[in-house]
Amino acid sequence: MREARLWLIAIPILLWTLLPIYHIFLFSISTKDSAFSGALWPAKPTLHNFGTVFRQEHFYLHDFWHQIWNSVWIACATGVLTLVVATTAAFAISRLKVKGGRVVMNAALFTYFIPAAFLAVPMYKAMGTYGLLNNRWSLVLAMVTLASPYAIWVLKQASDRLPWELDEAARIDGATPLQLFHLVYLPLMMPSLVAIGTYALLLAWNEYLYAFLLLSNNIPLAVGLGHFLASDDSPWELLMATALIYAVPPAAIYYAFRRYMVGGLTAGAVKT
Amino acid sequence: MAAIAIPHPPPAAPRRRLSSWQTWGVIMLMPYILVFLVFVLYPVTYGLWLARHPQSYRTLFEDPVFFRTVVNTIVFLLVAVNLKFLLALFLSGFFVHERRWIRWLSVIFIIPWAVPAIPTIFSIRFMLNPEWGIVNSLIFRLTGADGPNWLNDPTLALSMAMLVHIWKALPFWTLILMAGRLAIPREQYEAASVDGATAWQKFKYVTWPSIRTLYLTSTLLSMIWTLGDFNSVYLLTGGGPADLTHVLATLGIRYIRLDQVDQAMTTIVVALPFVLPLVYFMMKRLSVDE
Repeated sequence: MREARLWLIAIPILLWTLLPIYHIFLFSISTKDSAFSGALWPAKPTLHNFGTVFRQEHFYLHDFWHQIWNSVWIACATGVLTLVVATTAAFAISRLKVKGGRVVMNAALFTYFIPAAFLAVPMYKAMGTYGLLNNRWSLVLAMVTLASPYAIWVLKQASDRLPWELDEAARIDGATPLQLFHLVYLPLMMPSLVAIGTYALLLAWNEYLYAFLLLSNNIPLAVGLGHFLASDDSPWELLMATALIYAVPPAAIYYAFRRYMVGGLTAGAVKT
Repeated sequence: MAAIAIPHPPPAAPRRRLSSWQTWGVIMLMPYILVFLVFVLYPVTYGLWLARHPQSYRTLFEDPVFFRTVVNTIVFLLVAVNLKFLLALFLSGFFVHERRWIRWLSVIFIIPWAVPAIPTIFSIRFMLNPEWGIVNSLIFRLTGADGPNWLNDPTLALSMAMLVHIWKALPFWTLILMAGRLAIPREQYEAASVDGATAWQKFKYVTWPSIRTLYLTSTLLSMIWTLGDFNSVYLLTGGGPADLTHVLATLGIRYIRLDQVDQAMTTIVVALPFVLPLVYFMMKRLSVDE
């Protein structure tokens, strides 16, 4: 009885979650006619769409590999830079107890709470002033700005949990702050660093709004996907094949590092 | 045991050493301070400066799209966020059941949150296509009647955008509330069972008092963030039909695309009397546990 009730909840959840995902997959293995017929499974499943995408044989796809490369480049640069910025800040605030750390923490929290689309407008204007529009660095720097507040917050919390005796011992041994940082701190923080690196990487790979505002040529794949809908008769089966290729890497990375991600995330949340 | 490998330099004078730790602290804090100054403080200040002309506000209020946008935004925040949290509250209660298959289901359930927005929202967009979409073709097959023109009716289209928002954000908040529920000591439920409490009574007297603060804080936080949800509306409806489904986020970006950055900033400043108190409240909440 109880088990049946649980299944009664589970089935709608499963359908609700998977239907849009299945629909992407369905289109990517359908011909255009089959896709537009509303069929739940194509009469003749085909991998032809993926071939077309990989060979860039469509007007919307002529830049496919270049766009993928841009996405990879932007995601990796964001991940690395966020790690550098957030780890050093968390170390300085949590372990070196630097003066003004609290103010910086509040500045980061403030940034974390600004709605993303609201910050996009002044950011766009400022990037224009800096002459960075249409430069991939503008997106990387914007994403570092968005990712680092949460990164610092999570890293500081993880860092506060490290035993203080480690620092004492290192200080008594006459270690310099840098030695403490890379010999003691970094190895102990590794799980959180993996989580934060992944978080920033995914944030940048998945971003659409900032990407399409800041970059109009030399675009990442997210913006390329947006271009598909520029005309009325879009090749939806190709769009969905490309979209699937775009969605699989972040999902795979997320599941590979889920252990780290969920732990870091919820630890922060319950505290509120 | 990396700590053992630290070499032993001659001990420095305590005062000098202390200041060198502070110096390094400042140096290591610099990268983030720079990021904040250059990409948050300066842009925001400059943006507010751009939005200083009363004329911009007059133009904005006279824009026929604006009033509808404000109404849409309020509806979006109140309906979508609260519906999402009621669902998350309910589902978090489902997912805390200890079954192997429920654990697997929770892994699948997280997909919408783990994948990027654009593929799934485009997918839903085509599902809702009145002629070729899978939704209307199912409706036709089951009832023989034509389904509605989902994205061409402003009310329906906005409802669908809210549904997209919920689809995408629900897993995250369910996870958060789940963590809240799991933090409740199991003995409290056992004690309630011994006293013969019903499921509803357990929720009312054990679960809810423990997660109420988390629930309310999360709802407020989600309201701020949902104001910045550009994707759910823009990628589904593009603000259409006839600019009737815009929210403040998409309207601001629309002005940018029209090359009216001052106007875009004005749109955002209009929301600040609502956003800033919430941000202030959230910062108070989260910085107490220093």
